[in-house]
Amino acid sequence: MARWQGQLIEVDEYRWRIPQDYKTGMRVPGLIYASQEMLESMREEQTPEQVANVAFLPGIVGYSLAMPDIHWGYGFPIGGVAATTIKDGVVSPGGVGYDINCGVRLLRTDLSEAEVRPKIDELVCQLFANVPSGLGSEGKIKVSEKEMHRLMLEGAQWAVKRGLGNEEDLDVTEERGCLAGADPGKISDRAIKRGTPQAGTLGSGNHFLEVQVVKEIFDSRVADTLGITEIGQVLVLIHTGSRGFGHQVCTDHLRVMERVTSKYGIDLPDRQLACAPIESPEGRDYLAAMACAANYAWTNRQCIAHWVRESFSHVFGRSPERLGMRQVYDVAHNIAKIEEHTVDGQRVKVCVHRKGATRSFPAGHKDVPECYREVGQPVLVPGDMGRRSFVAVGTQKAMSESFGSTCHGAGRVLSRGAAKRSIKGADVIRELRDRGIVVKTGSVFDLAEEASQAYKDVSEVIDVVHQAGISTKIAMAVPMGVVKG
Amino acid sequence: MEKGFDVLDHTADIGIIAHGTDIKQVFSNAALALFSLITELGSIEEKLDLSLRVRSEDREGLLVEWLNELIYVFDARHVLVRRCDIENLTDTQLKATCHGENFDPTKHKLKRGIKAATYHMLKLDKDDHGYRAQVILDI
Repeated sequence: MARWQGQLIEVDEYRWRIPQDYKTGMRVPGLIYASQEMLESMREEQTPEQVANVAFLPGIVGYSLAMPDIHWGYGFPIGGVAATTIKDGVVSPGGVGYDINCGVRLLRTDLSEAEVRPKIDELVCQLFANVPSGLGSEGKIKVSEKEMHRLMLEGAQWAVKRGLGNEEDLDVTEERGCLAGADPGKISDRAIKRGTPQAGTLGSGNHFLEVQVVKEIFDSRVADTLGITEIGQVLVLIHTGSRGFGHQVCTDHLRVMERVTSKYGIDLPDRQLACAPIESPEGRDYLAAMACAANYAWTNRQCIAHWVRESFSHVFGRSPERLGMRQVYDVAHNIAKIEEHTVDGQRVKVCVHRKGATRSFPAGHKDVPECYREVGQPVLVPGDMGRRSFVAVGTQKAMSESFGSTCHGAGRVLSRGAAKRSIKGADVIRELRDRGIVVKTGSVFDLAEEASQAYKDVSEVIDVVHQAGISTKIAMAVPMGVVKG
Repeated sequence: MEKGFDVLDHTADIGIIAHGTDIKQVFSNAALALFSLITELGSIEEKLDLSLRVRSEDREGLLVEWLNELIYVFDARHVLVRRCDIENLTDTQLKATCHGENFDPTKHKLKRGIKAATYHMLKLDKDDHGYRAQVILDI
């Protein structure tokens, strides 16, 4: 692919603007959060072109935004944020992606590295056995079609009602694990058939389960509030989404949007950006179906969190309560949300598309759980398998500048093919083990695709959003055990 | 032509390029390219037949629908496809019989999951050998 030659105007050290006149048809300028060093690989990858293409969406306001972990996606870039007005804007399934509500959940424990390290092999094996993972895996919970309807409507609560977790988990889950407006009537039989057997599974690809150790605390007051109290404390990170169910929902509704985009007189530079007015039947149907898939993903992470607690309890011979296994937070990374933001001094209802981006609401916001209202909403940013993950909190700056959004992860730098050519799955396991990280995976084959070298260093990503002020870093943890599908 | 398909490398996703002397062959090779990404094609035997019908608004869209149909066949029905006979093909409709077998974890090594075929950078054009199609997959 040819290097992107367009103009990037330096706003400051961490902000770069694509002028609105870069391409005829852009309705707003583009804004990329990045360091000077990151720009070259973005240009090589042509990602700024995708940021410019998103600016074509009718009703988009502010900027077509890109986070520092941005990489080339299909249509929308991964790491892209776009807000469209409810009144005259569109919703685009491509702006959410196929893995609807792919996201992360973080659990804290009272355990220390010294207690867990001697048992890490046993613990990882127990987690691998207890949490269904891998390609084609089916869940331990058997969900009937009738139950599936309830699950779509209730989200994480569905699992809690069945004894998988507790009310406190819901208090610290974005939207309490249940996005309003879900309508199972907008879900195809295919999505049900594809999704029902996969409920309560981790999946494969970049999805994982990680036992981590806190290595650095940047703000101890905020970290304390989140339950992260000391260096050496053990955490668990769960990263998964809506599995085949979400993929089918996206496929089904993209097909519809593909057909109606021109009916609504919308002209787009990429078919994958297909969209429909939010207030159209097609737009409303998509949002109702997307909410079902988002709720499915929250149920999924709720079930998995329960089995993680069970596994710890089994290995350490104490109840999850006695192990202090409380949930820190659960956030979505791929979602479209109806939110109120200030645009040109006016309060406006917008549909915020976050595709590979995290909500980053500040202290005091009504949607931040009460227990965190003084510090801001936790932002969970996983790195790659071998390096580190960050916990941050939302800021007022994000509210005023990025529609309450920040980065979501490391972002790929090597294609899967290139990763596989240069890295062997077995070497990845050995190298990680040498660094004290135990990995258990169902597929050594795709392990190489997810190796550290295939990703940007998440520290650089988090530094940009921290310096730019759209989230504040609080703590950093490194893995000691990984379960991958 | 040496091979019916190639795999296209992109940072986050994978693309396939299918060739054919006619469009039917392009569709058939695109299906094989898809299953070659899921498992070793050589490990799939022809034990069952599956009749599939797909519709779309145009020829490029039909190719995306076709691949999404096959992704569904694997993800929901656990069938791996080794060969496709495209029996009827217009710009908006396709009828095919696919030959393959049920996924067997003891026999088939799965390489990766595929979420969907996308419309991004979608191409179906004439080239020196006949036709050539390009589809980006989300994996």
